[in-house]
Amino acid sequence: MASVVEVRDLAFSYTGRAADAIFRDVCFSVGPGDVFFLLGPNGTGKTTLLKCLSNVLQGWQGAILLDGNDISSMRPSDVAKGIGYVPQNQVPGFPFLVRDIVIMGRAPHLNVFSSPASRDRLIAHRAMETVGILGLADRPCTTLSGGEWQLALIARALAQEPGILVLDEPTSHLDMGNQVKILRVVKALAQSGLGIIVASHFPDHAFITATEAAILNHEHIVQKGPPDEVVTGVNLRQAYGVDVKVLYVGEGVGRKACFPTLADF
Amino acid sequence: MPGREKRIGVGVGSGRLLLLLTLLLVAVAMVSLMLGQLRIPPGQIVRILASPFFPVERTWTPTIESVLFQVRLPRLLAGILVGAGLSVSGAAFQGLFRNPLVSDHILGVSAGAGLGAALAILFFGNIAAIQGLSFAFGLLAVVMTYGLSRVYRTTPVLMLVLAGIIVAAFFSAATSLLKYIADPVNNMPSIVFWLLGSLNNASNKDMIVVSPMIVVGVVVLLLIRWRINLLAMGEEDARALGVDTGRVRAAIIICATMISAASVSIGGIIGWIGLVIPHIGRILVGPDNKRLLPVVTLIGAAYLVVVDTIARTAMETEIPIGILTALVGAPIFAYLLRKNRSGW
Repeated sequence: MASVVEVRDLAFSYTGRAADAIFRDVCFSVGPGDVFFLLGPNGTGKTTLLKCLSNVLQGWQGAILLDGNDISSMRPSDVAKGIGYVPQNQVPGFPFLVRDIVIMGRAPHLNVFSSPASRDRLIAHRAMETVGILGLADRPCTTLSGGEWQLALIARALAQEPGILVLDEPTSHLDMGNQVKILRVVKALAQSGLGIIVASHFPDHAFITATEAAILNHEHIVQKGPPDEVVTGVNLRQAYGVDVKVLYVGEGVGRKACFPTLADF
Repeated sequence: MPGREKRIGVGVGSGRLLLLLTLLLVAVAMVSLMLGQLRIPPGQIVRILASPFFPVERTWTPTIESVLFQVRLPRLLAGILVGAGLSVSGAAFQGLFRNPLVSDHILGVSAGAGLGAALAILFFGNIAAIQGLSFAFGLLAVVMTYGLSRVYRTTPVLMLVLAGIIVAAFFSAATSLLKYIADPVNNMPSIVFWLLGSLNNASNKDMIVVSPMIVVGVVVLLLIRWRINLLAMGEEDARALGVDTGRVRAAIIICATMISAASVSIGGIIGWIGLVIPHIGRILVGPDNKRLLPVVTLIGAAYLVVVDTIARTAMETEIPIGILTALVGAPIFAYLLRKNRSGW
């Protein structure tokens, strides 16, 4: 299902006072096939922003429009049918099987008193197939590696059958192989028509998958545009406080990558 | 170990396991009706039970019939309902609080009920007052816990736990004060015995009042049991999945409190069931509440019937059931932890 999410002048504060806003004046929009990459230093509110988008946090200022409807006036289950959220790695309390976790994505489609039926199991099965974890279906989630758990959470979000997918630092804490695996899945999902919003600590990854990149810093989106224009030495210096060279790597790579210069090391 | 746990869960079909547990409950109930100072043979029990509905020749004395209908049957029913109720609310709370060591008492219901019973023993001294006040104070304690937790804006589940500790401490202290000032010959032993728990006072009249509350609580928890899985993933995940977490949480708390308060009012404080039975259930079918809660309902019912039968037949005088559930439950729990090292 193709969807567009549009964020207009979004601001959020945990205290409810405008002066304490974590961020303000945030505007962007994501449609089918887009991969919107949100960069920025630790603690600038990337996670908070994603939680507003996925209805985890409420009470923001501004508007978040899902296909033209403000999500603050939609039923939570309808928002969850449109926007799937993949939270940052967290350890589950009980050893639920992977298939039991993935099928939880069917929640917005079921009423309070019902449990998943065969149709829901089929959709969960397809979601696991899409991200390539069918073989893990009967494993307790407590035995998964970080990468496997991340894929299970993506499958759960896909089982919601959303048009928009929101991922919070999906490649943090993962080894290089698993990072590439996640990026590959993200790219494939975008190609299949999902709109994707990713918060990340890896500017390099913007060159691999993003169609648009933005930097959240000092309460605002300070840069926004094509990855080539946003992920630059000057902007990274401003965001992270270190000197970075963004170089094109030819031979066998064929894309840009970021290198801290470490001049004063 | 996790692989093994899975195989057990999938190996015994869920339906067949439920049938097996139902048969176990029926068998246990039959034995419980048989045993006591007056032994009633199983054939006779069946015939007496059938007599109100079918023309059966009366080959038994009115005493036997009265023992069965007025004493053992209501007590059996109390055992089944309290056992099932406390186990299901324990399992639901463990999901809600994302902690397998939580039991049905975490929000202060038993501490509140204890104070209510102590007050009733001191000032009224009759069973109706004890049952009424313990129920009312059990509810009051949970309402206070819930209200206190709402004062703070963040992390509602953690605040519930902390508020529960605060409220329980307050009510327990008040109960201790009453014990201290109570007449040490009559009132104090009554309070102490009541706090230890017993189904001795369960009468048909009580069961008519209490049964609907426990049954409704258990049925609602069974109906929303898949949603408890979602809450067990955490508040934020559940919200992102479109769950109205506040409402589901309130529904679980209301049901569990109704069950616990009703149970405490007829049986006093019976611990360890809400903690141990869900663990046994998880070993059999895994942590998925969709399969777990029905299994827990049946095991809990059978378990308390067994324990209560031991409580009233093992010695000349009755052993308080709260002592037995702890005495039996603690070693079982210790064993389960050893066996189930890999996870809950």
